[in-house]
Amino acid sequence: MAEQKPSTSIEAVESGLAAQGYIASRQIATAVYLSQQIEKPILVEGPAGVGKTELAKAIAAWRGMKMIRLQCYEGLDEAKALYEWKYAKQLLYTQILKDKLGEVLGGAQTLHAALEQLHDFGDVFFSKEFVEPRPLLQALEQPGGCVLLIDEIDKSDAEFESLLLEILSDFQVTIPELGTVSAITPPTVILTSNSERDLGDALKRRCLHLHIGFPEQRLEERIVESRVPGISQALRRQMVGFIHEIRSLDLKKLPSVSETIDWARVLVLLQASELDTEIVKDTLNVLLKYEADIEAAHPQITTFIAKAARSNVFG
Amino acid sequence: MRENLHRFFRAARGAGVHVSPAESIDAMRAVAQIGLTDRAILRDALLLTLAKSQDEKLALGDCFDLFFSQPEPRQDQPKPNSDDASPEADQSPSSGSDSEAGGGQSPEGLGPLAQMLLSQDRNAISAAIASASGAASLSDIRYSTQRGIFSSRILDAMGLQRLRDDLDELMATNPALAERLRGALDALREAVRDTVAQGLALYAREEAENLRHEILRNAPLARIERRQVAEMRALIRQIARRLRERYSKPRKRQRRGHLDVRRTLRRNAAWGGVPFLTAWKRKHRDRPKIVALCDVSGSVAQVSDFFLLLIHSLHEVVDDVRSFAFSSHLIEVSEILEKKSPEEAMAEIMSKVGFGSSDYGTSLVDFEKDFMSTLTPQTTVIVLGDARSNNLDPRADILRRVSERSKRLVWLNPEGRLAWGFGDSEMPRYATFCSVVRQCATAQQLERAVSDIVATYQ
Repeated sequence: MAEQKPSTSIEAVESGLAAQGYIASRQIATAVYLSQQIEKPILVEGPAGVGKTELAKAIAAWRGMKMIRLQCYEGLDEAKALYEWKYAKQLLYTQILKDKLGEVLGGAQTLHAALEQLHDFGDVFFSKEFVEPRPLLQALEQPGGCVLLIDEIDKSDAEFESLLLEILSDFQVTIPELGTVSAITPPTVILTSNSERDLGDALKRRCLHLHIGFPEQRLEERIVESRVPGISQALRRQMVGFIHEIRSLDLKKLPSVSETIDWARVLVLLQASELDTEIVKDTLNVLLKYEADIEAAHPQITTFIAKAARSNVFG
Repeated sequence: MRENLHRFFRAARGAGVHVSPAESIDAMRAVAQIGLTDRAILRDALLLTLAKSQDEKLALGDCFDLFFSQPEPRQDQPKPNSDDASPEADQSPSSGSDSEAGGGQSPEGLGPLAQMLLSQDRNAISAAIASASGAASLSDIRYSTQRGIFSSRILDAMGLQRLRDDLDELMATNPALAERLRGALDALREAVRDTVAQGLALYAREEAENLRHEILRNAPLARIERRQVAEMRALIRQIARRLRERYSKPRKRQRRGHLDVRRTLRRNAAWGGVPFLTAWKRKHRDRPKIVALCDVSGSVAQVSDFFLLLIHSLHEVVDDVRSFAFSSHLIEVSEILEKKSPEEAMAEIMSKVGFGSSDYGTSLVDFEKDFMSTLTPQTTVIVLGDARSNNLDPRADILRRVSERSKRLVWLNPEGRLAWGFGDSEMPRYATFCSVVRQCATAQQLERAVSDIVATYQ
């Protein structure tokens, strides 16, 4: 039945991403599925290190497409994001072709005729050969489609957002000298944001909005399992439980999934078999990135380990 | 289902989620793709397409749960309200036989509503309530006072009149059946009341909140009630957030507009001046520097409190704020405000300088003596006060010097324009040296005033 299909295809997305080592929650899989079906970009928001960028990479790897990444920063403009005229090349060519130009123009009797001839090849220097495609234009020109990742859009300026609108809604850009370039195959667009500033409504309206928060304990365990296969199940449970306890504290920066994975790697390297106060104290700097946070967490370590161990028994 | 989705969009708007037509089209397309079979997936899909921030997601999630949990019409005996299939299946045959046993002789003469109630068909009753609330346009409900009228409209639409006639008739012919019908009617009333209450929660929340905010925004800050102070603080924080968003990232004008000839030539000296690399002019703009002088004498203290809270929540927008508080003399309070929570800070400031009778002259002398050097040509000086100096020397000459040293001098007066210059008000005398004098009595005026000050730097 047709109604049976969506949930199975959402599961297909989930397992496809899982094959690339990205364990997606059902919301994420639904978003990816929907963005494919109704051809809309996904705007991913959430704290740093929960796998927003990773999602784009996983989608690209899963579908065997090229990933084009545009890292946003303050002051990013269309010359760096969209296209640029190869100014130096234009200049070089005119220098090289100087003699030829003289020849061609030499044939003209009057100034007016020379100008006419100049008009004829004036467009030569503003043709496609002299356009340097930047990520956005590159993404439109991929014949097989691609995954376009526009990373940390909140870091860019407000007017850059407006520049994106045409691409996001119609998958095309307009270059004044060349006309409109439409996508050969509409790319899958992923935008990420750390909510540093509120994005414009116009941009949000064009996207599916996906918020990735910290994962649930089970999900996080599966993520660690897929990323750090060497870790034992008991330790995995214990450390994920510990991190969930840490997240309940009021810290400047909470440890996110990337920190969990790093910590798991560290624990494997140190050949720890279970968490104890000593080893946690030594490796806490992997999890917490501020001195004040480490100090705040220090007195709680023993209780948290005990709690994590207890939840381990019941879980 | 289209109808239901449309109603859901209205409910979402009621919950404060901005659903534009384009977004509702997206949601429709998404729903068409995923179907309606799986409620969890439907919820995810709607959250993805309609809600555009974390707050909106929470609101919409609640709205979804509320919307798709229609209150069940209650029967005379309390039944488990869960959608368990088996008890219901047990119930229906017995209730069917019940109604036959009770009133086998005359149900044919009854109206449809009475028959429905007597047969205790829960699904039919809830469907009837749903369609009647549609007919009574329940989604237009805005205020809690409208509950009664909507309830009676829904009951009317369901055919209450006919039911009453039936009841009267039955009273004469079959009192037992009439009694049962009366009980069922009470249950129905309750169910309708629940439906209306749910409708109110769904469609009117945003409206009520907006109304409350609007009233608060226009309430005079000086005479605000104690219980509203916390709410007002939250409102001021919201304002600060809005201002931050608007002004923290200055729009960069003309970044690539004009060629910087000097830098271009210098950079390309190696190629004999052929401009391979270009340099463009940039425009630097400075962020506002603010010096705030706040009157904290009795009449103006509350306004100063909110004003200082606002100014000090603008870190991203304003480079440098120095605040001074005065009534009979003047002290610097920037540090107190930076370090302590708003409540504590204000208490400390009040204990130091508050509650005196205001003396603008002496305070200005204090300022000139110690802090005149803080003023630069980039500084905006903001004075907040009612300019009522108790007939003491206003020392407007100092204000003139302040105005000469700074970029702008803005005076915010909580009193209305009409009161300026009457009694001991020195406003007209001070006003000559101010770039702007404006009234600032409500949160809205405060927002506009600060917004204008920051905007002059853009």
